[in-house]
Amino acid sequence: MSRSRKQHITDKAMRLLLVGAASASVLIVCLIFLFLFKEAGPFALKPGLGKLMDSQWIPVSFQEEHFGVGPLLSGSALVTALAMLVTVPISVLVAIYIAEIARPGEREFLKPFIEILASIPSVVLGFFGLLVVAPIVKTFFGLSTGLTALTGALLLSLMAIPTIISLSEDALVSVPYALKNASLALGASHLQTIFRVTLPAALPGIVAAVMLGIGRVIGETMAVLMVTGNSAILTASPLASVRTMTATIAAEMGEVPFGSVHYQALFWIGIILLVITFFLNIIAQRVLKKYGMMK
Amino acid sequence: MKTKTNNTADTLILLALRLITYAIVLVIGYILFDIVKNGASALNWQFVSSFPRRSGAAGGIFPAIVGTLYLVVGTIAVSLPLGIGGAIYLAEYADQGRFNTTIRLAIVTLAGVPSIVFGLFGLGIFVLFCGFGPSILAGSLTLACMVLPTIIVASEESLRAVPKGFRDASLALGATKWEMIRTNILPYSLSGMITGSILGIGRAAGETAPILLTVAAFFLPRLPKSIFDQVMALPYHLYILATQHPEADRIRPMQYGTALILLLLVLGLSLGAILIRTHFRKKFRW
Repeated sequence: MSRSRKQHITDKAMRLLLVGAASASVLIVCLIFLFLFKEAGPFALKPGLGKLMDSQWIPVSFQEEHFGVGPLLSGSALVTALAMLVTVPISVLVAIYIAEIARPGEREFLKPFIEILASIPSVVLGFFGLLVVAPIVKTFFGLSTGLTALTGALLLSLMAIPTIISLSEDALVSVPYALKNASLALGASHLQTIFRVTLPAALPGIVAAVMLGIGRVIGETMAVLMVTGNSAILTASPLASVRTMTATIAAEMGEVPFGSVHYQALFWIGIILLVITFFLNIIAQRVLKKYGMMK
Repeated sequence: MKTKTNNTADTLILLALRLITYAIVLVIGYILFDIVKNGASALNWQFVSSFPRRSGAAGGIFPAIVGTLYLVVGTIAVSLPLGIGGAIYLAEYADQGRFNTTIRLAIVTLAGVPSIVFGLFGLGIFVLFCGFGPSILAGSLTLACMVLPTIIVASEESLRAVPKGFRDASLALGATKWEMIRTNILPYSLSGMITGSILGIGRAAGETAPILLTVAAFFLPRLPKSIFDQVMALPYHLYILATQHPEADRIRPMQYGTALILLLLVLGLSLGAILIRTHFRKKFRW
């Protein structure tokens, strides 16, 4: 059996082409790091990275500009923590219901319906938040404005819920039948089995799901930009207006002169975001791999 | 033997779980209802087919619809070949070596990068470094980088669903590896790859943060002439109308109309993809 020369060359060429396509993602990741540092770089020399430790973010001022990322980091952290406080219990319980309790027909309806939530554009959710959620928060707590950290957190929670439900459900479903059956055979009820056997066994997968969810929430831009009120202050109050890192980039990048100190500071915020999400991702993957839960 | 109290508690807990689940369903239903109800009253032919006037306070959103469609097409043109090619490599060629691990790590990393960071990246590389300026080209390339991981994952899944026997049979008959892929794998997996990818691209169509920094023009009442032109886009248009517009409180119908069109476009893409996928799943069964 002999293959023609042409066949051979085509085969080699296609292989090369496909390797090239596969390498694209590696290249893009490298380029992202490279270009973020390239644009942010000069800031490290003048005015120096110490400037990022300032306690205030006042990038435009007639006296002295302040580029402290602290208030923005705390804004992101507050909104993310609040969002996770709402999201995690709800998502895990819903995942339990879908994976272990719902009838097959019910599941066929619930899963795609909740998926719809994931495909609603964040700007549309932000718009909904502005017109519906913010007024509710405002009247419920008797505030002068509904644009608060809590409002942002509620919207972020809507965005994270489908992700965490679907990943947690995967984790629950992947628990071996032998474990569940052993528990049932010992006389445990359906619910006892779910909460004492299935849930603990699926825990690493759920933890990974939550970490990926945090990564998504911390990087979300439009919804928080539209409903958190955007004042760059250090606060821990859920009912205060805050400004997140993502919202700062989105709101200010349009107005800065390219290459200015302010422009570079915004790229540093981008780098901080990138590093945070990068590590969350890596750790989540490690957890999944360690417990053999990789798909 | 289960005791009676145990049973009552179990029933209550089950009920609570069901309530929480359907509460979420209700919330999702209400969001859709709110947008559809308020949006529908703003919709008419003139709204979708005419140019905006008074910086978006009146007139239609035609250029924003066209702009978003251009971006979607541009994103598909760049990301689909790259993503499908990458997936074919991962599913058919790659072994468990170092190169493979690196690629997988890169895909996972890419999938986790926040959209605004993609915006910064696109601004740095495509708009400034490559000198494309804010343009359809820069925006499509940025969005393409963003959806690449989704496309690769979806395509690889579809490739792996083709039974191993198809590969063995072809190779046993003397086909080269590429001939095997072309004749025995792609015909059965291409539909799945494309529909899976459209699901990812639909999401890109609704993204605002990346195009904010790389394409979007707010008020540009004309159509783009080339890929180096700026365009209006639906998500950005909605953002501006809702939060930055001086008459924001008085133009709610315009805002709801834009939100509904954007929602329909994104959900329509997803729904279409899902329907096509179900069709093909029925067709190829082994």
